[in-house]
Amino acid sequence: MKILVCISKSPDTTSKIAFTDSSTKFDENGVQYIVNPYDEWYALVRALELKETIGGNVTIITVGTAADDSVIRKALAIGADDAVRIDADATDAYFTASQIASYAKANGFDLILTGKETINYNGSQVAGMIAEELDLPFVSLATKLDISGTKLTLEKEIVGGVQVVEVELPVVISCAKGMAEQRIPNMRGIMAARTKPLTIIAPIEVTPLTAFVSYTMPAPKTACKMIDPNNMDELVALLHNEAKVI
Amino acid sequence: MSTIVYITSSNGLGKSAFEAVTYAKKLGSDVTVVTTGSSDSTTLAMLGEWGASKVLVDRSVNSDDTQQITRIIATAVEQTGADTVVFSHDLIAKSIAPRLSVRLKAGLVSGATSLPTNDGGFTCSVNVFSGKAFGNVNVKTAKKIISLLPNSIQPEAIGSACAVEEFNGGAGETRMKVLSTKKPEGEIPLTEAERVVSAGRGLKAPENWGIVEDLAKELGAATACSRPVADIGWRPHHEHVGQTGFAIRPNLYIAAGISGAIQHLAGVNGSKVIVAINTDAEAPFFKAADYGVLGDVFEVLPRLTEALKKFHATNN
Repeated sequence: MKILVCISKSPDTTSKIAFTDSSTKFDENGVQYIVNPYDEWYALVRALELKETIGGNVTIITVGTAADDSVIRKALAIGADDAVRIDADATDAYFTASQIASYAKANGFDLILTGKETINYNGSQVAGMIAEELDLPFVSLATKLDISGTKLTLEKEIVGGVQVVEVELPVVISCAKGMAEQRIPNMRGIMAARTKPLTIIAPIEVTPLTAFVSYTMPAPKTACKMIDPNNMDELVALLHNEAKVI
Repeated sequence: MSTIVYITSSNGLGKSAFEAVTYAKKLGSDVTVVTTGSSDSTTLAMLGEWGASKVLVDRSVNSDDTQQITRIIATAVEQTGADTVVFSHDLIAKSIAPRLSVRLKAGLVSGATSLPTNDGGFTCSVNVFSGKAFGNVNVKTAKKIISLLPNSIQPEAIGSACAVEEFNGGAGETRMKVLSTKKPEGEIPLTEAERVVSAGRGLKAPENWGIVEDLAKELGAATACSRPVADIGWRPHHEHVGQTGFAIRPNLYIAAGISGAIQHLAGVNGSKVIVAINTDAEAPFFKAADYGVLGDVFEVLPRLTEALKKFHATNN
């Protein structure tokens, strides 16, 4: 089975979030990039588990510049077989999805996996866009994936519950918590990653549909008002009169 | 100008549906609602009160098959000549709006928190970096799609019931089969709840959740939990809020016995008012909360429930 796992870089969860160039650019100063956790923990690890049980090949793909190669090597160290980098800035979700869809169309994959969203832009857009470009079914926020022949059984989150659905390959799936457990790369994986194939491909021409033009920071929280634990009447009064939420 | 609002109505209509229609109306346009699902016409006609001039209902689709719903909305866009499509940014919208964006070549604002400004043509604010900042997204295309973050706008009733028409949107075949749906009845869906009472490891054991549920009941709130509590199986996963769980933004979020790790805050920092109850004065939640109670949850929660009962008794 040929599996394509889409990965994105994202700043480490503890990174300080700040902007430069008159608040038009994310300030990368001192920021450590990691593989977006949803892509790594859930999509990539589940792909590797599938490969280990039924055989096949796991390719990772990202749209990015040479600066992203270290993030790609990390994903290779966890166990992907090979990697593809579309050599371009990932300007918007449509641009990114179009690049990946174009590669996937030319190379034919049975299963395309992504994380549910990136932790920096939180758009949850790329997977659905790839599915539409390729005219494939799309199951979002899958928390469990089982395969039997060409049939996939998936559990997915729905509002207030869980649904079990069945789809035939090929299909695009976005993966959420529950899909797999995080794997820590071992030394052998890290060594092997250095020599695994990383193919760099020129982007196709795509005009982005959207652009982030600026960023703003939320207003700083006012100091927390401490309430006497013996006086919950006061808290209720504050929630009613001051916060006006009850 | 004409706008389409897509609403899923299989579970009746929630506040998020009224928010989406209000938002569309405020764009200054004629609003047509497109819906799939099983709600009856009387319920759907109510959307007129929030500003819809017409509801088109396609009853051929009862699942949330993304391909079928995308085709239906695209047909409605074509027939009405709409230039904007509005969703409420729920799990269904997250799976359909991106497809529709590709199909219509329409720029998508995913999780808008505001009405658009004319800044650079058409610009909307969204949460980025898991709620730690706002990004302003400029849509460059003539057609636009906005997926509106729940609780970003107050629904406004302005009209009266509207026409409901049966609609054939050409859904086509489905390639997804629904085998089963598990959904607890009668509970407030967490992402729709205006008030949420959430608890963490500070509750010490799953059998202690009674005091959390009592408070939630008195408040008319949904219950939620932190990640460790869902991971060890004290509470179901669909209650888990945080970076890897659900992101919510209720008007009132009460966190009992949750320290407030950065990953938890990422899922709740959009809440309007946060109350943190913890025995540890150093708990990071006190930095993110509006009101803090330094005390034992086993004493504070029942006391708060009692205080609310007293308040409701005198204010009703």
